[in-house]
Amino acid sequence: MKARGKTEGKDLLWFGLLGVLAVMPLIPGPLQGSFTQHVMIQILLYACMAQAWNILGGYCGQVSFGHSVFFGIGAYGAGMAVVKYGMIPWPGAIAGALIAAAVAVAISYPCFKLKGHYFAIATFAIVEICNRLFMVWYWVGGALGLDYSFSEPGWTHFVWYESKRGYFYGALLLFILVFGVVRWIEKNRLGFYLRAVREGQETAESLGVNSTKVKLMAMAVSAFMAALCGAFFAQYNYRVDPPMVMSLDMSMKFVLITILGGLGTFYGPLLGAALLIPLQEYSRALLGGMGGGVDLIIFGLLIIVVVVYQPKGIMGIIDGIASKMKRSEEGGK
Amino acid sequence: MGLFFQVALDGLFNGLLYAVVAAGLSLIWGVMDVINFAHGEFLMIAMYLSYWLGFIWKIDPLVSSLAGGLFVFLVGALTYKLIISHTIGKSAMSALLATFGLSMLLKNICLNRFSPNFRLLQETALGGKTFNVGGIIVPLPQLVIGIVALALLYVVYHLVKKTRLGWAIQATAMDKEAAELMGIDTEKIYLLVFGLGGACVGIAGGLLPSYLAVHPEVGGLFSLIAFVCVAMGGFGSIPGALLASLLIGLVEAFAGFYIAPVFKYVAVFGLYLVVVMVRPRGLFGW
Repeated sequence: MKARGKTEGKDLLWFGLLGVLAVMPLIPGPLQGSFTQHVMIQILLYACMAQAWNILGGYCGQVSFGHSVFFGIGAYGAGMAVVKYGMIPWPGAIAGALIAAAVAVAISYPCFKLKGHYFAIATFAIVEICNRLFMVWYWVGGALGLDYSFSEPGWTHFVWYESKRGYFYGALLLFILVFGVVRWIEKNRLGFYLRAVREGQETAESLGVNSTKVKLMAMAVSAFMAALCGAFFAQYNYRVDPPMVMSLDMSMKFVLITILGGLGTFYGPLLGAALLIPLQEYSRALLGGMGGGVDLIIFGLLIIVVVVYQPKGIMGIIDGIASKMKRSEEGGK
Repeated sequence: MGLFFQVALDGLFNGLLYAVVAAGLSLIWGVMDVINFAHGEFLMIAMYLSYWLGFIWKIDPLVSSLAGGLFVFLVGALTYKLIISHTIGKSAMSALLATFGLSMLLKNICLNRFSPNFRLLQETALGGKTFNVGGIIVPLPQLVIGIVALALLYVVYHLVKKTRLGWAIQATAMDKEAAELMGIDTEKIYLLVFGLGGACVGIAGGLLPSYLAVHPEVGGLFSLIAFVCVAMGGFGSIPGALLASLLIGLVEAFAGFYIAPVFKYVAVFGLYLVVVMVRPRGLFGW
């Protein structure tokens, strides 16, 4: 009974958050600014990317640095549908996500037998290989990438030019989908399997969990979601090229936002994105006059400080404060 | 046929350079089980130092490389003190992520201060000089770096295998607590290992500006290739890292020349994947 009550409290928080997000672009005032809306869209997008990675890296404990490959496949799915075939992006996005999931399973099946750093380096290697191959794969535009031409703005073509509000609601839909799936996984059998594998693969196996199957499932779901984010990214930027979507830096963003927010927690990816993206966008806008790279200097420092002093991320700080408050409450009685 | 040997020679020279970068990384990895993501940026620091010494005071890279070694030794020791020592005993990924943050920090400080321009030292003692051996052109700067690399590798290998300090390093790598019980100051060993790893790339990096242009992104690829060399060579094995580096240098040169330049790294990283699939602990790992 107690557990159920707790879940309802969590549900309340979740639906409250969605409600606030849904009305945000309608509030007149500073939230109407194009740049503010851009920042909000980026927060939602990167939160989704981090959450997609979190399924595998956080809940299942398999740290992959290869997610930009799946992200890129999704982006190219949408891009190819629009630019090459003159279609609407939706079938391309779905196809991209399915291909990404298939590629993820095919790549990870042999890679999962590598341990620790060997696995990490293998995922770096895959990103570098894919980046180079897409550069010379002329069917998908090579190094020049794919450039969108004008199409009718609206939900069918998933492009807007005048206002960013459409993109915001698109990002919100993606957010509901990705976070919804993770919440479902968290509560269900798969979620427990994932955490069991993370805590000890051998122990989990001895209790009858097929750890390879569980890891591959986590990988497939994670890659599928990452690819959907990629498709959104392509639509939002009106173009795709290999360094933009398939690079180590992009892969690292998946990892770092999650770590910053809190690994293996539900709200961690959102908190990480909500801290990092405004910091990055505003420091780039405000400190840009100090020369290039200032935003990344701050980013680098922040990563070091968080990893060294607060490895549990923002969620760790919040948990710390919550437990302190609880303790002082109990002490008061 | 002359062309074949020319390409092979270029590959071997590159391989020796990778080997010296990889040796420092391998030492750190072997002793502390830490991947130093900022290793390529350590190389970049030494290159910038040597470049500016040469540009402002006309000091030749041959001399600056010693300064580079010393400076990066300090940078490495400082990195250990301020960052790595706090991540020991935490999750295996935390040191990797923290050093990734450091690499970002260093790269962008250089970008901010020195602009993204490519900088190459003109008029150095070695720069641009070549000689001809039976139709094969041997570039002098690469040759010197190759010799220095081999010498450095020998020194590090000898240090680890044959000296009391090296035994202490090995003992720390095998079992930290047991080493402490034997009276080894493991904290000091870690500090030294990180510094030594830095000094290796520092010396190599100091020599580089006479033929390789320095820019803020120069370290990134070196880091990745050095990871591959170390992982392929096998956990903490310096001879393994050397052989893997030479192999990678050759594969890179041949793939770049006979297939297409973009396939250089496809071949290198592909080779890594094939090797670790067959031998998950690297060529010389156990």
